[in-house]
Amino acid sequence: MKVTREGALDRLKAALGDRLIAVHEKSPKRVYVEVAAEDVAKTSRLMADDLGARFQIATGVDTPTAIEVMYHWAFDRLGCVVTIRARLDRKNPEVESIAPFCPAAEWIEREMWELLGIRFRNHPDLRHLLLSDDWPEGKYPLRRDYQA
Amino acid sequence: MAKRTIVPIGPYHALQEEPEFFKLHVEGERVVHLDIEIGYNHRGIEKLSEAKDFEETIFLVERVCGICSTSHPLACVQAIEEAGEIEVPERALFIRSTIAELERIHSHLLWLGLAGHFLGFDTLWMWAWRYREDVLDILELITGNRNHYGMMKPGGVHRDISPDDIPAIRKMLDGLRGPLELFRGAVEDDPLLHARTQGIGILTRQQAIDYGALGPTARASGVDIDVRRDHPHAAYGLVDWDVITRENGDVFDKTVVRILEMFESIRIIKQCLDKLLTVTGPIDSNPPVVKPGEGIGHYEAPRGEVFHYIRSDGSNRPVRHKIRAPSFMNVPTNRETVLGATVADATIILAAVDPCYCCTERMAVAVDRQSGDPLWAGGDLIRMSREKTERLRKETGWEGPRLPLEGRGIR
Repeated sequence: MKVTREGALDRLKAALGDRLIAVHEKSPKRVYVEVAAEDVAKTSRLMADDLGARFQIATGVDTPTAIEVMYHWAFDRLGCVVTIRARLDRKNPEVESIAPFCPAAEWIEREMWELLGIRFRNHPDLRHLLLSDDWPEGKYPLRRDYQA
Repeated sequence: MAKRTIVPIGPYHALQEEPEFFKLHVEGERVVHLDIEIGYNHRGIEKLSEAKDFEETIFLVERVCGICSTSHPLACVQAIEEAGEIEVPERALFIRSTIAELERIHSHLLWLGLAGHFLGFDTLWMWAWRYREDVLDILELITGNRNHYGMMKPGGVHRDISPDDIPAIRKMLDGLRGPLELFRGAVEDDPLLHARTQGIGILTRQQAIDYGALGPTARASGVDIDVRRDHPHAAYGLVDWDVITRENGDVFDKTVVRILEMFESIRIIKQCLDKLLTVTGPIDSNPPVVKPGEGIGHYEAPRGEVFHYIRSDGSNRPVRHKIRAPSFMNVPTNRETVLGATVADATIILAAVDPCYCCTERMAVAVDRQSGDPLWAGGDLIRMSREKTERLRKETGWEGPRLPLEGRGIR
């Protein structure tokens, strides 16, 4: 199956319907798609299994209104990167893990958990990756309010 | 039930200079499970970057890795350029690719040497590193530095490549072809190397895709991805070259991919040098400020795709800077490749993804300016050193310590 950029975006729109929050086509090479937190896993499965996109990495950002999580997916045959973005509640940042069906995301979700305090539900192995095992609980160094 | 033992490799490693902890669970000689612990080298660079302005950020990410010291800056400037909608002059694109491909050659030669050393093939190690020196010489000629070139900047590059230097660079590149053919022959024809690498540490195509493996690690398993071709940037869309892939996914194919890639790198550099003779103009667009926005920059480093994400709020520093090096994706594949292997093969399997480490060893040769002959060989340097020690002893009257060297076979 040959995926085109428009075809991939149509599939995303059809799968999410009115749950799709926003699509921002920044350039022919970059698209940002915003979804609700509870749709992240479903959307990621569509990207990986149905559209054959390559998981590049995920980025977490602490912003004043929300903790953002972004999953970057590459369509190498199209020269395009599609980023799935969700804004999580700052008080209780929680989202379904994509690692059970995407082993490539296992380490980065561990990293985002320990550095930003995002809880990944059903992650197969959620423990420290970069920080030491005795790192104090509830201290997240990439948060804005972190005090060393 | 077989008894299970844990063989630790790391965190301080006898061969690799960077700490990484592999716990090999073995039953008898066979590896049945691998647990990887990282984090011994965590320096908080993403957090540091938020306190640097955009120019300083480039110098910071240049120090993520001593070997990929132009890959991270290149991905980073592309992310900044995308976020801030900054144009890059054409001449700068060719300079960027020239430096980046020279880096690929020296990185692959470094790996080839280490792989030889891991296998007990120390001759290959010495030869590979000896010719890596020639690549570093070219980099020194162009940039003034052998590593950490300080070339990339948002909007262009810091230094131009002078047309006067191009014949010398070309001559040095031509000098590399012979040694590369030697390495190709060594790998293709050596029965010992075949015995140690063929069918060893296989990463299947599906495993490579599942783990998001990158670079030669993925391409040796038949995953035909290369960011230079698939997401064109720098000068890669403007020159003619091929992506190298192999199908077996073993250590041998990973070696072959890297060796053949060096020939492609030479092809790319030569075309870039030709272009630098005809494409004139500025090397830098001197962007005044970085506009608010977000940008992704990625570049195919020697080990695979380097990924940078930058968010700017219009101030002079990034609000968020995400960095992902290829080893972050490649190292976990060891969990598959090492299963069922013997402990003796585990070392080369774990090294086959080319986990990243830094080496800046260098050697200088003094030559007579007129004849071009080397002035001193190794033996001369030892003799001179001994003469100097003797002279200092006489001058100061110091007897020096009596070292217990006798009887240890040291002369």
